[in-house]
Amino acid sequence: MATTPEPLSLDSLISIDALLTDEERMIRDTVRRFVRERYLPRAAELFAKEQFATDLIPELAAMGLLGGSLTGYGCAGMNSVAYGLAVQELEYGDSGLRSFVSVQGSLAMWPIWKYGSEEQKQRFLPKMAAAEIIGCFGLTEPDSGSDPGSMTTRARTDGDHYVLNGTKMWITSAPVAHLAVVWAKVDDGGPESIRGFIVERGMPGFETPTIHGKMSLRASPTGEIVLTDVRVPKASMLPNVMGLKGPLGCLTQARFGISWGALGAARACYDAALAYARTRVQFDKPIASKQLIQEQLVEMAMEIAKGQIMALHYGRLKDTSGISPIQVSLCKKNNVAWALKIARTARGILGGNGILLDYPVVRHMLNLESVYTYEGTNEVHTLILGNALTGHNAF
Amino acid sequence: MKILVPLKRVADPDNANKVKIPAAGDKIETTGLEWKPNPFDEYALEAALRLTENGQTPKVRAGEVVVVTFGPKETEQTLRAALATGADRAIRIDTTDDKLDGDLVARALAALIEKEKPDVVVMGKQAVDGDSNQVGQILAELLDWPMATFAATIKEEAGALVVSREVDGGVATMRVKLPAIVTVDLRIVAPTSVYSTKTAATFKYNDGVRFAALPAIMAAKKKLLVEIKLADLAADQALKVEYKAFQAPPARKAGIKVKDVTELVTRLKNEAKVL
Repeated sequence: MATTPEPLSLDSLISIDALLTDEERMIRDTVRRFVRERYLPRAAELFAKEQFATDLIPELAAMGLLGGSLTGYGCAGMNSVAYGLAVQELEYGDSGLRSFVSVQGSLAMWPIWKYGSEEQKQRFLPKMAAAEIIGCFGLTEPDSGSDPGSMTTRARTDGDHYVLNGTKMWITSAPVAHLAVVWAKVDDGGPESIRGFIVERGMPGFETPTIHGKMSLRASPTGEIVLTDVRVPKASMLPNVMGLKGPLGCLTQARFGISWGALGAARACYDAALAYARTRVQFDKPIASKQLIQEQLVEMAMEIAKGQIMALHYGRLKDTSGISPIQVSLCKKNNVAWALKIARTARGILGGNGILLDYPVVRHMLNLESVYTYEGTNEVHTLILGNALTGHNAF
Repeated sequence: MKILVPLKRVADPDNANKVKIPAAGDKIETTGLEWKPNPFDEYALEAALRLTENGQTPKVRAGEVVVVTFGPKETEQTLRAALATGADRAIRIDTTDDKLDGDLVARALAALIEKEKPDVVVMGKQAVDGDSNQVGQILAELLDWPMATFAATIKEEAGALVVSREVDGGVATMRVKLPAIVTVDLRIVAPTSVYSTKTAATFKYNDGVRFAALPAIMAAKKKLLVEIKLADLAADQALKVEYKAFQAPPARKAGIKVKDVTELVTRLKNEAKVL
């Protein structure tokens, strides 16, 4: 048998290295090695047993990955591209691992960093960067998802306190969190009255039941936040934002990270599918030599390359002139939808083996079903883009 | 304790197929190679960091770790990575890769050590490209220092290091007075391999080489990195070893499938002649 030349790697095909700084490359390579050495050997087992790798949280913190794109308060202060590369490597491991980091940094720390008082920042951010305090983010409710303005959680003014009532649903990290950034309408107000509250575990009436039976993101704990007459001091309200733009600002941060992260999951699926196709022999030849399989692999590589180039472009833009939520929607929608398609295609290439946890593909495929829906469903991002491009609001 | 760690970059061992030898066979083509630090040197750096800390607070260095490499400007990347991982400062001895042999490297290092006066030199037992396994030994001879090669464990005592070496049939443990040269083997990065006098006996490291903190990567540029000309350390730059020819390993032949055990045994007897 003639020896097959070594295939061109995705890294070589896309060739973004020359456009990265030495520091950005080193950050990517360090997180890559971390995921390969510390996470991947356990990834399938954690997923199978519905377990979260809590023992890795101090290591994530020591590396500066929690709130890694924030400045000051013990945070690493990475630029957007370095941060994107880091979360992409994390999601090469598992979307659940990346979700934990996204929620801690973009959804729990970022609103305190952006909208909080100096006292709140000093009190919470250094400990959150060090993983001494784990946070979560309560926006979605059982009956309020894509339409967050319809939320029913209320904060009633009572002297120097607010009294919170309501239920938040699908909350990543809620079961393990020490605090929740909860969004609620104040008194009898509408969406314009929405404020953010830092609710701490131990406050009477704050509970976080775990949601069991998920077939996706099994390595990440998901729960509800149930608020029953929780008395929160006025000093725990985020003072510097009102209305839906508060939570939506957080989501823009998180969605940017997700658009990089999804590329990591897609690359893991591509790597697995390629390796399998090159060794799986049918009809006397590796299936990688078949035109149908090549077409699938080429499409996967092509879409990963396009997504990577787009993520890098908007990442650089974010660090210079800034990007709009509409551009973030474009990245999130494109990269996540393609990651899911790539995972499903890879699943097919692996045939029966594709349904086993022995390979990373089905795990990523199932995880990406959540990533497709959370942080703005694919449809919501379509409507955001449609509205922006046509001037007609179709929500 | 002050420790000097010499580092060498090598062609990425995971992409060995990228190493190309031109038809003349007189050199290895270095353009287009992906470089990585020699793994044994990374282990040496990890051992040096463990010897200068208490385990619990890896950001606090008890002593100094200085890294040094030989090569052109781009080898500073190897040094920056070491600085990000925890080394305090770095020295690049300016030269090109093809004008070095183990003897010259050892002589230049000996001259550097006269200036730097480290308590210990911790280095990889060999580089995975040339596999020469010479520099540590020549260096100990030039300096007239005690040496412990192939270290599997190191325990610091006052003024000395207790080093265990895995040898055929067992483990040999030796005590070397400082200053000394220690070359390390791969087991030096196991969880309980290295203890400074400040590390609790119950402390266990993660297996392997530590991960640089991402802020430390960004701060590595601010750490001191100086360049020294090779000529300033070694007036005589003549090489004692001259490479005559290089040859790539023969391409592996495809395997065959046998029908049953009988055929396997027959072929092992008659073709492979191993039975």
